[in-house]
Order: sequence, then structure tokens, then C-alpha cells
Amino acid sequence: MKSAVIVFPGSNCDRDLAVALRDITGVAPVMVWHGDTDLPEGLDLIALPGGFSYGDYLRSGAMSARSPVMGAVVAAANDGRAVLGVCNGFQVLTEAGLLPGALMRNAGLDFVCRDVALTVANSATVFSARYDAGETIRVPVAHHDGNYTADEATLDRLEGDGRVVFRYAEPVNGSARDIAGIVNAGGNVLGLMPHPERLIDDDLGGSDGRRMFEGLVAALG
Amino acid sequence: MKARVTVTLKPGVLDPQGRAIHNALGGLGFAGVTGVRQGKLIELDLADGTTEADVAAMCQQLLANPVIETYRIELA
Repeated sequence: MKSAVIVFPGSNCDRDLAVALRDITGVAPVMVWHGDTDLPEGLDLIALPGGFSYGDYLRSGAMSARSPVMGAVVAAANDGRAVLGVCNGFQVLTEAGLLPGALMRNAGLDFVCRDVALTVANSATVFSARYDAGETIRVPVAHHDGNYTADEATLDRLEGDGRVVFRYAEPVNGSARDIAGIVNAGGNVLGLMPHPERLIDDDLGGSDGRRMFEGLVAALG
Repeated sequence: MKARVTVTLKPGVLDPQGRAIHNALGGLGFAGVTGVRQGKLIELDLADGTTEADVAAMCQQLLANPVIETYRIELA
């Protein structure tokens, strides 16, 4: 599987994501600077990392969503390429219009940084195929703006179409309908606030995040 | 030429920061506040000939997120 990690100014989980992809896919991802206008040929997966790109100025993800590389990312996503956005990457995907809704300041105003329980709401996506539907997993979060919001019609549509992939199984940030991760209508773009790349090794606290990448390898080659 | 763009959350969108300000004002003894909404003020210095439509395009493409926010433009 050939993957790329997009690096924005202020990304800080790009290396974690690269290590996870290298260890699990067996091939180091290409690190792509946000100022590039083209992506490498033949990518199977494009990953947008966590962090505080542009210092979260204006709105989290707002600046990065307008950076030069995003034109190519949007085109690839619309072409059916798998795109994964973690934390700030999820915020960038909503700001870029690839996913509906927005991520607002956590309802409690606190920065939340701890492991949380997630329920797998849909295991029929390329990102969640290695999980069982209804399974509870443990994945860390670290964010200030993870409070997912969208209008009621959008939330109903997301739920009706099985596009909610992960839900919080405990109170975390006030997200509408406990949404932690959603996919686009095509199922090839996932955004989630929790960090699966941080929990890929039992020696380092757990491996519930590992199966996301293992499922991607199985689906994408 | 200047423009002042006021970005506010749409009605109905929960504003956790506005709620915290409301609570803090109550804690200071200001009992007469019935609601607080926090927004942003963005001041733009513009070249002559820039139109309100140009500023509206800036709002739609970057300054506001139409999913959760509305904006108001004042030219001066």
C-alpha cells in the first residue's frame, strides 16, 4: 500500500502517523509538504495528521484547508481515493468541504487529553473492517475543538446512511449524537477526532488503533 | 478604504464560550444578562475599487464557515 502524509505548518502527529503506516504497511509513507500542488503518483491512501496547523488561527483547520496541496487532495478524494483525517486532519476535511459539519470548541471548554471508549458504529468501511460492529475500543483523544456539530437534517442523514463510524461511549466533548468519526457519502474519506496511530503497540499501552491500518492494508493492498 | 467583518455563530448553534462568559458575568453579580454569544471582528484594509461583493466572497471562502457562522460587512 502506498501512502502519503500531508504535513502542514503546525502538524505535530505527522511523525506518529508515518511510524504507524510504515510499521503496518511495510512501506514508509511519502511526506508531502502543504505547499506542494501535486501528490505522488499511485497513492492508495492520503493521511492528514493531527496537530495545530497555523496555530488554529481563525478556525481549526481553516487555513490548512485552503493550502495549495488541498486541491489535489480534494480531487483524489472525489476520485475515490482513501483519505484519512485524524484530529486536526478531521477539522481540515470539514473545512475543505470533504466532510459535512464542523468541529467546535469542546462543550466543557477543556482541552481533553486521555484515552476514551469508542463504539464502532459501522464496521463496513475500509477504515473499520477489522472491527466488529458494536465493539467498544479504547483510543486516545487530545483536542480542544472536537465538538462535532451539524444541522439536524445532516445528522439524520449521516445516521441513516451508516456514515457515523465511531461514537464516543462516554462524555468527551459535547459532540452531537456522540459522533467521533464519520465518512463521506462514498465511504472513502474518514475523519475522526481520536488518534488510532497513537495506539498501535501493546508494549506502548494498547493496540486498538492498529486494526484501522491493518484493515486499510487488507482493502487497499 | 476599510471593511469590518463581524462573524457570529448562527442562531441555534451552541456557543460554549458565550455560555462560559454568561456564567462568569453572573458570578460578578451582573444578574441582568439573559444570553451571550461570542463572535469575531475582522478589520480589512482594502485597495480602492474593492467592492462589497469582493468582501462577501472573502467571507464565503475563508473568513466565515457557512456551516456554523454568519457574517455582516460594514464598509467605511
